[in-house]
Amino acid sequence: MSILAERIGAAKAEGRAALIGYLPVGYPDVDTSIEAMVAMVEAGCDAIEIGVPYSDPGIDGPVIQEAVDVAVRAGVGIPDVLRAVRAVAHAGAVPVVMTYWNPIERYGVERFATDLAAAGGAGLITPDLIPEEAGEWIAASDRAGLDRVFLVAPSSTDARLRSTTEASRGFVYVASTMGVTGARDTVSDAARTLVARTRQARPDIALCVGLGVSNGDQAAEIAAFADGVIVGSAYVREMLEGRGAEGVRALTADLAEGVRRAGVPA
Amino acid sequence: MTTTSPPQTGELSLPARPGWPDETGHFGIFGGRFVPEALIAALDELTEAYEAMRVDPAFLEEFARLQRDYTGRPSPVTEVPKFAEHCGGARVLLKREDLNHTGSHKINNVLGQALLTKRIGKTRVIAETGAGQHGVATATAAALMGLSCTVYMGEEDTRRQALNVARMRLLGAEVIPVTTGSRTLKDAINEAFRDWVTNVETTNYVFGTVAGPHPFPAMVRDFQRVIGDEARAQVLEREGRLPDAVLACVGGGSNAIGIFTAFVPDDGVRLIGLEAGGDGVDTGRHAATITGGSPGVLHGARSYLLQDHNGQTIESHSISAGLDYPGVGPEHSYLNDIGRAEYRPVTDAEAMEAFALLCRTEGIIPAIESAHALAGAMKLGQEVGPDALLLVNLSGRGDKDVETASRWFGLGDREDVDPGPGLDTEQQPTEGAVSNDEAVAGQDAGEEL
Repeated sequence: MSILAERIGAAKAEGRAALIGYLPVGYPDVDTSIEAMVAMVEAGCDAIEIGVPYSDPGIDGPVIQEAVDVAVRAGVGIPDVLRAVRAVAHAGAVPVVMTYWNPIERYGVERFATDLAAAGGAGLITPDLIPEEAGEWIAASDRAGLDRVFLVAPSSTDARLRSTTEASRGFVYVASTMGVTGARDTVSDAARTLVARTRQARPDIALCVGLGVSNGDQAAEIAAFADGVIVGSAYVREMLEGRGAEGVRALTADLAEGVRRAGVPA
Repeated sequence: MTTTSPPQTGELSLPARPGWPDETGHFGIFGGRFVPEALIAALDELTEAYEAMRVDPAFLEEFARLQRDYTGRPSPVTEVPKFAEHCGGARVLLKREDLNHTGSHKINNVLGQALLTKRIGKTRVIAETGAGQHGVATATAAALMGLSCTVYMGEEDTRRQALNVARMRLLGAEVIPVTTGSRTLKDAINEAFRDWVTNVETTNYVFGTVAGPHPFPAMVRDFQRVIGDEARAQVLEREGRLPDAVLACVGGGSNAIGIFTAFVPDDGVRLIGLEAGGDGVDTGRHAATITGGSPGVLHGARSYLLQDHNGQTIESHSISAGLDYPGVGPEHSYLNDIGRAEYRPVTDAEAMEAFALLCRTEGIIPAIESAHALAGAMKLGQEVGPDALLLVNLSGRGDKDVETASRWFGLGDREDVDPGPGLDTEQQPTEGAVSNDEAVAGQDAGEEL
């Protein structure tokens, strides 16, 4: 069984949604970003979405872009990402890597799958890789026993919800709104609708909601209907504003309280 | 996607497509769709609407009318014998896309995509632009068809191409300078995709070249292939034969695909794409994607691109804003790998030499982009000899480049401009060229520009 699904299932058994926090490797430098990830684990994240820095992050808003630009210029690459994966696994959370496709293709899909599995990584979240283009990754992840998290969006048709969830393992990333990453004041009703539609398409896979969640109240709102809550830009903001490990620890405490407030998802 | 021509209605007809891409937009291993799921529905909608539109007689009639009455098609073919004296004696014909309304081939594609936008009921268009030619063309079509228009342009390019920024604003478009990344075309494309994913319900992305996710490479090719369809018939009519080679500059590659497509089945016709070699491919400061890059994924498709060992896009360099792009359309990657087309680099200095030469010998100021194709003809002519017939796509006019050229050649009295390298140091008359007084020489050429 997928270690991601297992961890999300364990959270559910505790009567709460899972909390997944995102940080890119390498902002402001590799060591500091890894320390922050470990702090997030200690403060209550069930999984860490470890971001591979990329020069052209098409689905990311200005906050994440600013941080990854620094990491890209510093030459941060897959070996640094694998270090972060080992650190997160050692700290006791599930490491899952978030990456645009080209860095993986450049490193070698098969080689990456082997190295990620050896480092203790659960799998990949791929924001610009749809299952139709993912033949090589699907084969490699099957061989290495890795999860593959594809995205669904409010604009996905029912047919695509079925085929995309069918190709996914671990969980499905439910993109709550049409748009790029970034904290929002309100998390759209579209998220609730999309979770319901996706659950209908495939009832037996965990659904985690991302894009726009930035505080405990929003996390509680999402946790009422989803299996997991994904927080990205709010964490990156803590790093950009120099609050580092202490900042992400405090944010995690707020979010972890939020996912517990809501009770077990329907 | 069908690979043969559809049943024809009425008098208008569409030429047969080449046997690619496949129905999911793949040219061999290249192309496809590497985009966020949120955009798939819009791309599907666009594909479906486009496939219906391209066989709709009402659309074909409207498109043909606009091309004739608004753009001024067909564009002529001009023989340039004095320029050709610098091409080893080969004969050179120019396909004059510079004479189109708005000054380049970009209008061909934009009119098609603007009609498509109206057909799918969207009221706003967005576009990326490098040199500003596609932005101007999109702003023009938006004004003509009553669409609201936002153009993303790298901040660096808004400085290099200030004239085109003013043109777009005069036409009613909003121009947003992009300050992320390298502040050039690639970052403008990223910003345009971000806008699109956020506003897709009201907005259509009018993509400017044969790159990006399916259906853009095939659709833009179909709208641009009029260049080669016309040119092939024009050359056959005036010469009774096909050209030996067809040359075009390649950034994203839309003017090149536009002129190549009709000739793809003609095995005897060499297809040659000229990439921006910048300071020289071996210096690392260039935009010669196929010559100096490797296959990867950028901006929604797999193709050749300039990337480092981590898979990060490398910033490109070219004197030509329109070629200053680290990617290339997937069909070019495919044509290269199957050996049907050749791709060669042309340095900034070689392009500027050809630029000055065409000005001086023929009274035509080419776009610096197109000057790369002219420089390619000068070299190829030396290789193939005097009986060869070369067809060069003059994809745009050079009005927008006058400032850049003035700096390059050290023209003018302004003290605040960096004169840059002059012709006197950069240009050696080609061996076997005509007498020195006819060859362009240094400051001399400059003063007359």
